[in-house]
Amino acid sequence: MITVQNISKTYNKGAVKALDNINLEIQRGELFGLIGPDGAGKTTLFRILATLLVPDQGTATVNGADVVRDYKAIRRTIGYMPGRFSLYPDLTILENLEFYAAVFGTTIAENYAQIKPIYSQIEPFKHRRAGQLSGGMKQKLALSCALVHQPDVLLLDEPTTGVDPVSRQEFWDMLQLLQKTGLTIVVSTPYMDEADRCDRIGLIQKGKMMSVNTPQGITSGYQPDLYAVRSSNMYQLITDLRQLDGISTCYAFGEDAHVSVASNSGLNAPAMEAFLKQKAHNNIQITPIAASIEDCFIELMR
Amino acid sequence: MKKIIETQGLTRTFGAFTAVDAISFDVYEGEIFGFLGANGAGKTTAMKMLSGLLAPSGGSATVVGFDVKTQSEDIKKQIGYMSQRFSLYEDLTVLENIHLFGSIYGLKKAELAQKAEVLLEQLEFTDQRNTLVGDLPLGWKQKLSFSVAMLHEPRLVFLDEPTGGVDPITRRQFWEMIYAAAHKGATVFVTTHYMDEAEYCDRVSIMVDGKIAALDTPHNLKRQFNAPDMNDVFLQLAATSVARAGF
Repeated sequence: MITVQNISKTYNKGAVKALDNINLEIQRGELFGLIGPDGAGKTTLFRILATLLVPDQGTATVNGADVVRDYKAIRRTIGYMPGRFSLYPDLTILENLEFYAAVFGTTIAENYAQIKPIYSQIEPFKHRRAGQLSGGMKQKLALSCALVHQPDVLLLDEPTTGVDPVSRQEFWDMLQLLQKTGLTIVVSTPYMDEADRCDRIGLIQKGKMMSVNTPQGITSGYQPDLYAVRSSNMYQLITDLRQLDGISTCYAFGEDAHVSVASNSGLNAPAMEAFLKQKAHNNIQITPIAASIEDCFIELMR
Repeated sequence: MKKIIETQGLTRTFGAFTAVDAISFDVYEGEIFGFLGANGAGKTTAMKMLSGLLAPSGGSATVVGFDVKTQSEDIKKQIGYMSQRFSLYEDLTVLENIHLFGSIYGLKKAELAQKAEVLLEQLEFTDQRNTLVGDLPLGWKQKLSFSVAMLHEPRLVFLDEPTGGVDPITRRQFWEMIYAAAHKGATVFVTTHYMDEAEYCDRVSIMVDGKIAALDTPHNLKRQFNAPDMNDVFLQLAATSVARAGF
C-alpha cells in the first residue's frame, strides 16, 4: 500500500539531516507503528507521504501513486492527522466535520458508516466548540475529520503524545476497531510500550530506520543477555553496576535496573550478585528476562 | 521529616467548574514526589497554585515556608520550575540562556560565570556553549533546562512533564540528574505520563476529578491496588473518574 525507497530529506541547506536513506513497505490493511523520540524524523516522513513536503532524494508511493507526481490522487486517498491539533477552535464539532467533508466534496451523511465508530462518541456534544473540548474529545474529532472522506490510508502523527495512559489505551482500541474496516493505518509514537498494539513497527532514530519487523520479531532478535536487577538503593545500584566489567548498559526500568551483558563476556548472575554484596547492597534480586521494545531501542541506539 | 509543601483543603474553581477540589497533602524535604493524574484531572491548576502563579479560591497552602495567597513572590524566588512547553529561549545560545535565567534569579556576575562553567562541564556541553538552543535535540534541551532551573540552588523544583517525547536513553539520564539533585537535598515535584517513571519517585499522588485519590510510596500503592505495576494502579484509579464517564 505504501512504498518508500531511499528517501532522504535535509533542512537548513543540508545542515540538518531529517531522513537518511529510508526504505519501507507497508501492506494493505496493516496497522504500522513508527516508533522513535522527538526529532527522529517521524513527522518529516509523514509530511512526505502526505505530499506536503518533497524529498531531496528517493521515491515513495501511496496506493501506487507517486508522492511528487501524483500528489492530487494521494490527497484523496489519505486521511492525515498532524501532530498539532489543527481544527478550528471557534467552530463546533459539527461545523468542523461539515467543513472537512465539504473540502472533499462530500457530506457527513454519505460517510456516516465510516466515521460512526468514533464520531458517535462525541456526537451528543456536536454543538460544542472545538476549542472547549477535552483532550480525548479533540482527538476523536480530529480522527473523525480525517475519516470523513473515506480514505484508504490513515496517517496519524503522534496522536497520543502528552496523553495520559487511559486515553492512550482508548485511542489504540479505536485504531484496532478502524483497522477492521479495512483501513491501512500508519501511526507514530514516542511511547515504546505502544509497539505491541501494532502489526509491525519501524524503530527510527536520528533520521535512520534502525529496524523494521513485528514487535515479536524485534524483541526476539535482541542479542545480549538481559537481567532485571534490584536492591534497596536504585541510584547507588546503577552507579555501582556501571563500574563492573562486562556490563554493556545499565538503565532504570521502573522498579528494576535492566542490565545488558554481552553473551561472550563471561559475566553471569552469581558474579554480579557477589559484586553487589561486596558493595554492601541489600535485598539483591537478579532475574534473567526477555527484552522489551525499549530495551531493543536502547541497544540499537548504541 | 520537615515539610516543604503543606496544603489544607486547597481549592480552585473556574466559574461553576471545580478544577482542584479541596486537596490536602504534604511533601517532605528531599523527596522525589510524583504528581500524577489523567489529562484534565487538575494537576496543572494545582501546580500553578503551589508555584505562586495562580491564586486559590479556597483552602490554604504553604510552600518553602511561604503562604501561596499572600507571599507568592517569595515562593517564586525560592523555587525552580521547568515545563516541556516553555523552558528556554530557542533563539538564544546555550550560554546566553544560562546567563539570562541566572540573572533573573539574581545571581551575581562572577558567581554566574563560574556556575555556568560547572554546568557546561557536567552536561558535557562545553562545545555547545555557542549553539542556539533551538538547534539542540529535545533531550539535550530538557537536560539544559533542568540545570538552568537549578542554577540558583532552589530547595524545591517543579518539573511539569519534563521527559515527554525524549528518547529512552536521554530520558533515563534525565532521571539520573533528578536523583543526583535529590541526593544533594533538593525536593523534586514532578509530573509524568510515563508510568515507569512513577516507580522512581519516593512517593506518588494520583489525582482524579480534582481530588487526590491515592497517595503513598509506589510499593504500597501497588500492594493497596493489588497491581503488578504503577500503570495498572493508574488505570484502576482513572477508571473511577466521573468526569471521564461524560464522554
